[in-house]
Amino acid sequence: MSLGSIFLLALLEGLVSASVLALTASGLSLVFGIMRVVNVAHGEFFMLGAVIAWFVSHWVGGPPAVAFVLALGVAPLVVGGIAALADTLVLKRLNYEPEATIVATIGLLYILQQGALSLFGPNALPVPAPFDLRLQLIGFGYSGYKLAVIAAAVVILLSLWLILTHTRIGLVMRATQIDRNTARAFGINVDRVYAMVFAMGAGLAAIAAVLIVPIQQAHYLMGADPLLLSFSVVIIGGLGSLRGTVVAALLIGMVDQVIPIFLPVVLPDYGAYFTPTLAKILATLVVALVLVFRPQGLFGKRHA
Amino acid sequence: MLRLEGIEAGYGAVQVLRGLSFAVEPGEVLCLMGRNGVGKTTALRAIMGQVPVSAGAILVDGVAVQDLAAHDVPKEGIGYVPQGRRLFGDLTVAENIEIGLMTRGRDARVREKVLTIFPRLRERLGQISRTLSGGEQQMLAIARALCLEPKVLLLDEPTEGLQPSMIALIRDTVVALKETGVATILVEQRVDAALSVADRIAFISGGQVAETVDTGGMTEQSPQFAAYVGV
Ligand SMILES: Nc1ncnc2c1ncn2[C@@H]1O[C@H](COP(=O)(O)OP(=O)(O)OP(=O)(O)O)[C@@H](O)[C@H]1O
Ligand SMILES: [Mg+2]
Repeated sequence: MSLGSIFLLALLEGLVSASVLALTASGLSLVFGIMRVVNVAHGEFFMLGAVIAWFVSHWVGGPPAVAFVLALGVAPLVVGGIAALADTLVLKRLNYEPEATIVATIGLLYILQQGALSLFGPNALPVPAPFDLRLQLIGFGYSGYKLAVIAAAVVILLSLWLILTHTRIGLVMRATQIDRNTARAFGINVDRVYAMVFAMGAGLAAIAAVLIVPIQQAHYLMGADPLLLSFSVVIIGGLGSLRGTVVAALLIGMVDQVIPIFLPVVLPDYGAYFTPTLAKILATLVVALVLVFRPQGLFGKRHA
Repeated sequence: MLRLEGIEAGYGAVQVLRGLSFAVEPGEVLCLMGRNGVGKTTALRAIMGQVPVSAGAILVDGVAVQDLAAHDVPKEGIGYVPQGRRLFGDLTVAENIEIGLMTRGRDARVREKVLTIFPRLRERLGQISRTLSGGEQQMLAIARALCLEPKVLLLDEPTEGLQPSMIALIRDTVVALKETGVATILVEQRVDAALSVADRIAFISGGQVAETVDTGGMTEQSPQFAAYVGV
């Protein structure tokens, strides 16, 4: 493989990670931006999405594409429903106090994780890709499904942006984010907006997981990585900024893939150092630098 | 139209309103006056359901609203212009107006009506409302409340920090609304502004209405201003 091909491969792999990460992190960012809730259980919503995709493909049978499309609809609905319930039963009762909601979502994390363990067991659960297509790119073959993941993420993120900026419900969400008391004085049912936003945030994580699960397999402990990476993305991009979330996800996704794939080829003498772990260390370092020098994130607004 | 009967309300253990009662009729402007921190804003927020009311009743056309959820109160026809305007600052002028219209499902006809009252806003529909001048922001805050076609309008210090020509514009707007039969509650610190638009002034002290006076017989030298407002 030529250097150029290897770079292209690393780039594509980076785009796949970035796509899934951007979807997951935009859910976290939406929830924090509008509700000011730091949802520690966000990774578990991701995990549930993956497990549900497995469940659907396992029980529905038939061609993988049918089960996959079904999972793409069912997983965000079920996970969103669980999230809306958690919001109404727990977060609302805590009055959305920042510290209390962090503790409560930690509790939720364990409940969901152990629930998945009891229901689905400790093994990794494979889900077949909806289609099997290898594209011949310059110098290497590449999974057509992975390209479809990138395309799907772009479409979903664009839709999310359109909903937020060009629909009534998006306007209501933005008004609630700015000033919930004044929103109430104009007839906005803030409780309902919050339940919906929490469900949407969880649903985005679930969709991301359904997309990645044919590549990664479902497992009850799989929520930790997406949670940490989403936090990194949201801190770098600026909480509540969708554009910042996408840019930061690209950055982290690229670092995550380009370092272990491309750099060992360019600098073979040091190849042993360019591991995924180094990528994670670098990403964390970037997060720390942003926190120190630009705490509102690269695209975030300074809040009073 | 709007009647408060023995309202008690406050923040946690701190009681601010201690049996507040007053009423305002269609086509009437009632001005609330009193020292800073006496609870004028709290009274309006209690009407809007933003401060818990522990005793008393708030009636709009005979309908009790004190137990409604805060988001259902405006649907009874109460338009609120909060102190400090409280615009949705990151949203455009048009979006702020859109939110006002959504409150009671009003359409383009009402939008036209409101923009005809404030032509300056029509020229600035796409502008982010945070970047408007103080006077324009106040116009938008009033416009947003008028989008409800309110029966009752609550105005909390609408002239605060504005220059005389802007104050005159807001006064003219209040007078014009009064003629269409809107019942208005106006919180105002400036004696001349209060006398020029209000039919009656309710002076608040100790969490209650201490005295209500028709403005007909009052001048800027009337003793109540010194006694209850300290001017
Ligand atoms: N959110 C709050 N929490 C606790 N106390 C509050 C809160 N808001 C107001 N207060 C207190 O309630 C009292 C009444 O405040 P309010 O804002 O109603 O006064 P006001 O008459 O509108 O004053 P001003 O003329 O300065 O606007 C004050 O002592 C104030 O400190
Ligand atoms: Mg006040």
